[in-house]
Amino acid sequence: MAEKLNFELVSPAKLLISESVDSVVVPGTEGDFGVFINHAPMMSTLRVGFLEVVNGSNTERFFVKGGFAEVGDKGLSVLAEQSVKVEDLTKDLLDAEIKNVEAALENAAEDTAKAALAYSLNQLNEILETL
Amino acid sequence: MASLKDLKNRIAGVTSTQKITSAMQMVASAKLRKAREAAEAARPYAERMGAVLGSLAAAYKDDTGAPQLLSGNGKDQAHLLIVCTAERGLCGGFNNNIAKLARKHANELMADGKDVKIFYIGKKGFEVMKRQYEANYLDKILVDKLTYDIADQAGNRILDMFAAGDFDVCSLFYSKFESVLTQTPTRISLIPAEFEDTSSDDDGGNTASYEYEPSQEAILESLLPTNLKVQIFTALLENGAGEMGSKMTAMDNATRNAGEMIDKLRLTYNRQRQAQITKELIEIISGAEALN
Repeated sequence: MAEKLNFELVSPAKLLISESVDSVVVPGTEGDFGVFINHAPMMSTLRVGFLEVVNGSNTERFFVKGGFAEVGDKGLSVLAEQSVKVEDLTKDLLDAEIKNVEAALENAAEDTAKAALAYSLNQLNEILETL
Repeated sequence: MASLKDLKNRIAGVTSTQKITSAMQMVASAKLRKAREAAEAARPYAERMGAVLGSLAAAYKDDTGAPQLLSGNGKDQAHLLIVCTAERGLCGGFNNNIAKLARKHANELMADGKDVKIFYIGKKGFEVMKRQYEANYLDKILVDKLTYDIADQAGNRILDMFAAGDFDVCSLFYSKFESVLTQTPTRISLIPAEFEDTSSDDDGGNTASYEYEPSQEAILESLLPTNLKVQIFTALLENGAGEMGSKMTAMDNATRNAGEMIDKLRLTYNRQRQAQITKELIEIISGAEALN
């Protein structure tokens, strides 16, 4: 793959990442979606979940919460209210988030959103076990 | 005429004041650099958020079905003013300028018979305005360390109150950081939300082809609250930089004034010392002459 995707991860406080990567998996409200170069323009809100940045053989994972992702002709920008590297996650934070997701899951109306949230919950629990 | 000792004491006093002000100036300039960096780092988020919302909101321009956060709830009776100021004084007219703008606005609204409530972020604004607007006081949040959490907390309060119908229109007062020397007190309207018109941008052309997930309305609805918080956060960051810039200028002036004062005092001191020496010499000489 010669061409790479311009990827930006922005939090309210600062620009966290701005680099060229192979692909990114974004946790959208209605399900995860992968973005490669030349993806059609789209915009999606984020759910609580994990962002996966693939670059060569490297895969970095970020916990993200709130905000949205925009795919334009310039690349992908993810604006997250909160984002933490998976390695830096703490048990307290995870516990709090699991509760939040469980509450959101009960209130979720649509099936797709429900399934996506349930998936997040699974991921969160998995990470919690590895801590 | 003050005695030599008095003058000496005063010189010592002014010198120590000067030391303090020049130290404060240096601290302020170091903090200014940090505050500016923070403000600049936050800019990409706010800009992109504004651009996206602007293009989403453009679709609603003359529609009545827009979310209330965007178009307001149609009423114009109860106003909420959010006054963002610094935590500390000694920064020239910085806090007062913001308070002045807020006061002018509040007075105009009250003259029109509207209900005004004031929400303070930062201690100084509260101190300056509390007496005059005691009846309008709603709450205050202190900013000891500027993080997104503060904006989040304030934003949630405001959203809850808006949802409960406690107010109809919400505006934010802060100081825009133009440069180290200039900070302009500014008012922005949070509810109904104001966006820069992006439809004329060259980017605007391809917004039509965007695919939205979930729907455009749902995205707009979930982003508006975030945008409110981001706007508060940006205002706080601009304020932080402005406060430090203003403090730097104020302290620079103070240091210079203290320098002038020391020069003047030293001149008087030397003159008096000279006069005293002359006086003593005359006494000795005239004593010696009397003996001859």
